[in-house]
Amino acid sequence: MSLMEIIGPVMIGPSSSHTAGAAKLGNVARRLWGGDIKEATLYLRGSFAATYWGHGTDRALVGGLMGWHPDDDRIPKAFEIASESGMIYHFKEEFVDGAHPNSVRFVLSDGDRTMEMVGASIGGGSVRIQEIDGFPVDIDGELPTLVIFHRDKPGVMASITSELFRMKLNIAQMTLKRKARGKDAMVFIEMDGALDEESLKSLEGFHHAYTRMFLLPPAREEIE
Amino acid sequence: MRSFSEMLAYMEENGVNLLEAILENEAAELECSTDHVLQGMADRLETMRRSMDDGTRKEMHPKIVELDAPKMRRYRMERDPLSGSISARASEIALSISTCNSSMGRVVAAPTAGSCGMLPGVLFSWEEHQNPEGNLLSEGLTVAAFIGQIIAERATLAGAEGGCQAECGAAGAMAAGALVWMEGGSADQVFQAAALTLKSILGLVCDPVAGLVEVPCIKRNGMLVSLAFMAADMALAGIRSVIPVDEVVDSLYEVGRSLPPSLRETGRGGVAATSTGKAIAAKLRESAPSLEG
Repeated sequence: MSLMEIIGPVMIGPSSSHTAGAAKLGNVARRLWGGDIKEATLYLRGSFAATYWGHGTDRALVGGLMGWHPDDDRIPKAFEIASESGMIYHFKEEFVDGAHPNSVRFVLSDGDRTMEMVGASIGGGSVRIQEIDGFPVDIDGELPTLVIFHRDKPGVMASITSELFRMKLNIAQMTLKRKARGKDAMVFIEMDGALDEESLKSLEGFHHAYTRMFLLPPAREEIE
Repeated sequence: MRSFSEMLAYMEENGVNLLEAILENEAAELECSTDHVLQGMADRLETMRRSMDDGTRKEMHPKIVELDAPKMRRYRMERDPLSGSISARASEIALSISTCNSSMGRVVAAPTAGSCGMLPGVLFSWEEHQNPEGNLLSEGLTVAAFIGQIIAERATLAGAEGGCQAECGAAGAMAAGALVWMEGGSADQVFQAAALTLKSILGLVCDPVAGLVEVPCIKRNGMLVSLAFMAADMALAGIRSVIPVDEVVDSLYEVGRSLPPSLRETGRGGVAATSTGKAIAAKLRESAPSLEG
């Protein structure tokens, strides 16, 4: 751990896992969604469901969904501000075998599209995204990440990576998974640099085999 | 770096003091300048300073406890505290910042949110008492952070893993080391202070009532600051820990692992399991809005 991680993070209390981590999870979900969220249902699991109220986990999650970071002073007033902005949110509890004790499933929708994301707060304010739209992933949300759903067939990976090479983007980590041969597949690529809007568009129109694509843009530059 | 002894060897080999060695190592690790590292610590210090009086504000609403920092302030204004004026002021600041954390205020986790009051309490009370020149306080915080780094590396800083000894205990060792550095002690004395602190909180359990960071956490912050001053005094007096500091940290980890889960941040043991603790938890559960299944 770096010295800044030991003396840090700067956060709204009371708990790094239940408050700061929750805000970060909401923030990642929003970045992955890519804009304002109209409606969100949050399924709390384990200790999140047991102690959310005392730790402000619910407010932190909603604040994160509005794009706030874990040190945002507005987190205690997240519900009031969300209501003013017209965002609808529901909290539910769910029991899932083998789920991380501090985890939550987000279901985001705006009428036209929906997105589902499962994330866990793994301690000290750090998080892991475990599932996107039912596909298992392992993303910490620190690096810009490209998530592409596609049809399993030869050449898809080559086309994506050659396009990234053309944009001079270095791949930090990449995982490819498929449900069955020739069926739905998904790749997530964590990159050292961020894609700009234009590059993203060129990637979108690049290959007909893509069914869906998400980009997780970088979090704000750290103040320090 | 994985140990305090490795640090002493590095200092001797390179002819640098403790602060220079810490900064050099961190800058090399992060590929930045040593100034950048020290500036980062100075920034953290300013964030801590801003939260110093937050826990005395009326709009702070912890769920279980009262606002205790103003009581300590009044008390130490009225008479000479038995524990000494600097300890009492440190306690007041620690109570204030921990209360601020429990009330969803902004804090610096140092090293954790549950122990966030201790370092600012010790550092700022010392500053008021000694009126230091230059950026001695940032240097102290850097030394403290390094001690935390080694504890994280060899043991843990998470209450769920190692009990409160890994949170408030670590914060106390970090604060004690900072004090020794700011008072002009040697690197060895800094490490002795850390060892002396950890030895006297070994086994401290994490037993939050209702699972919230309030009881006993806030007052534990306000209490354990005093340990840092005593450890610093002992180390500066030349008193040495028989067990080397690296081994003390290892024992902290071993003790943490052997604590039953009920004493590691589950809210099921210690004072959380007393009849009063359980009654508070039950009352809070009733007042929480229920989740749809």
